[in-house]
Amino acid sequence: MSAAIALPTSDPVHEKRLTQALLYVDDIKVTFDGYRALRGLSLTLMPGEMRAIIGPNGAGKTTMMDCITGKTRPDTGQVIFDGLHDLTRMDEAAIAELGIGRKFQKPTVFESHTVADNILLALKGPRAATASLFGWRNRVERERIDAILETTGLVAHRARPAADLSHGQKQWLEIGMLLAQDPKLLLVDEPVAGMTDAETEATATLLRRIARDHAVIVVEHDMHFVRALQCRVTCLHEGAVLAEGSIDSVSADPRVVEVYLGR
Amino acid sequence: MHRRLVLLLIAWCAIWALPAAAQTGPDAAYARLASDSYSDIEAGIAGLATSGDPKAGPVLRALTDNRLLYRPDDKALAIKDGAAVTDARTGAAMSPDGLKPVRVNNRVRRAVDAALGTLNLLAPDPATRRTAADAVFKARDAAALPALDAALARESDAGVKRSLQEARAAALLAKPGSPEIERLAAVDTIQARGDSEALAILRGLSGDASQGVRDAAARGVSAIESRQALMANVQNAWYGVSLGSVLLLAAIGLAITFGVMGIINMAHGEMVMLGAYTTYLVQELIRQKAPGLFDWSLPIAIPLAFLTAGAVGVLIERSVIRHLYGRPLETLLATWGISLILQQAVRSVFGPTNREVGAPSYMSGAFDLFGLSITWGRLWIVVFALAVFLTLNLILKATSFGLKTRAVTQNRRMAAAMGIRTPWIDAFTFGLGSGIAGVAGVALSQIDNVSPNLGQGYIIDSFLVVVFGGVGNLWGTLVAALTLGVANKFLEPYAGAVLGKILLLVFIILFIQKRPRGLFALKGRAVEA
Amino acid sequence: MLLSRIDKPGWIFLGVLALACIVVPGLNLLTAPGSALHVPTYAVSLMGKYLAYAILALSLDLVWGYCGILSLGHGAFFALGGYAMGMYLMRQIGPRGVYGNPILPDFMVFLNYKELPWYWHGFDWFPFAAVMVLLVPGILAFVFGWLAFRSRVTGVYLSIITQAMTFALMLAFFRNDMGLGGNNGLTDFKDILGFNVQAQGTRVALFVLTALALGLAYLVARFMTTSAFGKVLIAIRDAESRTRFLGYRTAHYKVLAFTVSAMMAGVAGALYVPQVGIINPSEFAPANSIEAVIWVAVGGRGTLVGAALGAVLVNYAKTLLTGAMPDAWLFALGALFVVVTLFLPKGILGTLTERLGSRRAKARLPGPKPGEIPPALAEEGRGS
Repeated sequence: MSAAIALPTSDPVHEKRLTQALLYVDDIKVTFDGYRALRGLSLTLMPGEMRAIIGPNGAGKTTMMDCITGKTRPDTGQVIFDGLHDLTRMDEAAIAELGIGRKFQKPTVFESHTVADNILLALKGPRAATASLFGWRNRVERERIDAILETTGLVAHRARPAADLSHGQKQWLEIGMLLAQDPKLLLVDEPVAGMTDAETEATATLLRRIARDHAVIVVEHDMHFVRALQCRVTCLHEGAVLAEGSIDSVSADPRVVEVYLGR
Repeated sequence: MHRRLVLLLIAWCAIWALPAAAQTGPDAAYARLASDSYSDIEAGIAGLATSGDPKAGPVLRALTDNRLLYRPDDKALAIKDGAAVTDARTGAAMSPDGLKPVRVNNRVRRAVDAALGTLNLLAPDPATRRTAADAVFKARDAAALPALDAALARESDAGVKRSLQEARAAALLAKPGSPEIERLAAVDTIQARGDSEALAILRGLSGDASQGVRDAAARGVSAIESRQALMANVQNAWYGVSLGSVLLLAAIGLAITFGVMGIINMAHGEMVMLGAYTTYLVQELIRQKAPGLFDWSLPIAIPLAFLTAGAVGVLIERSVIRHLYGRPLETLLATWGISLILQQAVRSVFGPTNREVGAPSYMSGAFDLFGLSITWGRLWIVVFALAVFLTLNLILKATSFGLKTRAVTQNRRMAAAMGIRTPWIDAFTFGLGSGIAGVAGVALSQIDNVSPNLGQGYIIDSFLVVVFGGVGNLWGTLVAALTLGVANKFLEPYAGAVLGKILLLVFIILFIQKRPRGLFALKGRAVEA
Repeated sequence: MLLSRIDKPGWIFLGVLALACIVVPGLNLLTAPGSALHVPTYAVSLMGKYLAYAILALSLDLVWGYCGILSLGHGAFFALGGYAMGMYLMRQIGPRGVYGNPILPDFMVFLNYKELPWYWHGFDWFPFAAVMVLLVPGILAFVFGWLAFRSRVTGVYLSIITQAMTFALMLAFFRNDMGLGGNNGLTDFKDILGFNVQAQGTRVALFVLTALALGLAYLVARFMTTSAFGKVLIAIRDAESRTRFLGYRTAHYKVLAFTVSAMMAGVAGALYVPQVGIINPSEFAPANSIEAVIWVAVGGRGTLVGAALGAVLVNYAKTLLTGAMPDAWLFALGALFVVVTLFLPKGILGTLTERLGSRRAKARLPGPKPGEIPPALAEEGRGS
């Protein structure tokens, strides 16, 4: 752990918060068998911000997500969430409970559960094994599930096993699960891969709507889609940030942004 | 080459001929035997003892048996054998007229015993000389010192010479009043010998030994003891390597089918069993048709076992496993079923009892290496296991088949897109793993009971070795097999065989918690199951 | 509330069990030994054995069918429960052993034990033994599961180390130093709770008890799998890492399921031992555990009722075949493994319910239309 930021201590001015940023990623490095997947990546995300991450294959986009969600532990560097929590020391479940939700590149829903049960599992609530044996979901939760199914257009399918859904429907179900989790930060990995233009459009709309009251990081290749998100863009390359800024400035002149980072 | 051999022979003969010519000869000694005075007889015996004459042995033995006769007139000696009487010097038949027995009392008998011992010190055969020297060493007989000195003077064989020196040192230490300087040298010689006999001698010094000699002996004792502890460890390590090579043999086929292909092949043990039964069949055939070829039974069985087990493997892959790719737990169940069928099939054909598989001549016996006793069978199995391992590595690394196998296991669809016939690669890779298991069966038939249950004894160990070493890593399998083998043998003296095995199992279970992917795990995203 | 969670196969299953509790004792006790309807006492015990196996299968289905944990060591929990019961039964022999020692069992006298080993104390008291039947397998499963699931050992690796666990236990129990009868195990039982284990009445009572235990085990398993807990278990089975990213500590769920399952297996073993009259280390043999897996596979994993059904069917077939054609049994069992995995991956019950269920589902719901856009989004999308 580098000493870039001292861990949560007494800082009266900021009420113990180390940074105002919702997510503060500082100089993380990850090596797989000699292959350097991340070479000192830094990123700051403010509360309520939406950010698109672009970059070629192998740029480290997914590995960065893995580091934020606790799947991969970086060799060095810090990932501070909400100014208080060092994510590099927590496991996936703890990070999820802090309020970080993730949608995977390949849609992963629980195939043998019904659509409604998929949402139910994602709903905010106690996660302890012993409690789950006896607790049962109440009416309020049922209403919430209905609302989410409505938003994602899956009402007609609520009793179907998720395995029967089409690819696009699975993508939406996953986004619906993210909504159910109601996280402070959503990580969305290639949400429109394999979607039709109309579906892509609808997904962009949905994400913008979500971004009104959540912070969102979207990883995507599709530049049209990224443009439709109307947000700040970070371009990764070879495990580090190459450029950051508006979609126009990034696509126009990446070197300027590289200087802006002040490495 | 040839000329050098001849020269060597000539030199050898010369060395033996020279001292024999230089000495006065045994005639005088024989003459003194032909006497009725005990002291003459004793002198004669002593003379014979250092003479090195080939006839001296039979003559002395005849003397103690009261079968030695002499003719007072011409001092001729004869040996009586039943009714026949022969000249003791020439072996020619002789008339018994005028012959009377050489008289024997206890002193004479003792002299003969000592003489026979020292006589062998001069025997033409080095092995006999060495045995004689060792006998004197054990007896610690101070009286043998002159004979030892005589023998040392003419000894040319380095090994025998050392035995003689050790015997002399032992005798010196036992002899009262021998000079301190010689005793110190003797202690050194004994210490160099370093076995438990040497320990006994150094611990049991005679009463008049000086403090200096005692100190030297004490140092010698501790040096020998630490050396023996070291040797015990080396011996244990060897047993461990030997066990490890058995584990390696058993696991190496699984390193292909499980490690490379990801198939939980519970029928792996039965492939080993098929190899062992192939060996049995080959030996039966040889016994009946061509007993002279028996030593060739294993080399013949190896390719046959490979083909048999490999063919069965291909059959299993084509008929069952290919339907189950991507469902590892289902392959586990299906192959377990296959293993039951194979066991029962072999039991129905060959019966439930153990089948006799013999060991060719080169697999039996043992040899000594720096005090380590190494059996040939075990040595060959270690060599064989390593050879199989290296061959397999070569096949996977350096052949186009190996390249295709690795391509298919790493990215099946990409490999297929590049024109590799993935179904055939699957079948042949599985066949290769099974065939290697069959080859292992040939070796294991030499050390284990060939019965339908043979495979069951190896299956759990094999899986643990592969998992411990790291799936998909052949070198990991090698290291894991040797590590577990050696660890097992070092645990055994403290914990006993069964408890040692249990401890290892518990260790592996805990180890897998710590490193679920084994010793040499592949890291990275590709591994994510 | 629990009753509403029992499905149709469940009701049929419970009904059959209830019927067996009445009919089997009736046909054994009330009919004359010669009559066509008579069920001989040995057959009652045999059926009791099948039902004990059914409990084991049920416990295995709970972890394998619902949580994807293929344990190849469940036979160990079964055997540990059996040993706990066996120790109680040994202490009940008292001075009636061959050596007549009032404290020490025969094998201890034979091995020159001077006093009872510490872990034998308390087993003369039934409630203690009964608690141990649950605790010993439960604690082992908890510790083992805690270590394995926390370090995320899954799939094949888990199967292999569970197999190593039961193998290690088998080696350990073969040792005379364990003080548990070594090779011969525990046998020559006389009484259970004061009743003669050989007596007809005791045997019938044990059968009924086993049937009741099976029903109870079913209810517990059904309760667990239909609760929110069960939904998480299935989620773990289908996509463990996804479940983790939803904030569930999957290891806790798995440990809990594994421990409950091991306790059930322990109860199965405890009911098995007095009915077969012996427990020895071969019960730990890895092959036994794998055989239990095939019962579950045959009946249908993830169905509970199917697992119990599979255990009874396979073992009945085993009894028939080993009697008629001993050589054929292993061929048949081996073929069963292959055929079920290749052609009947959902097992008997799974295939049946799927057939019936899909016919009904097709009638009710239209198929999904790919590319269909949620109306709410489509509208808003156009609006912006």
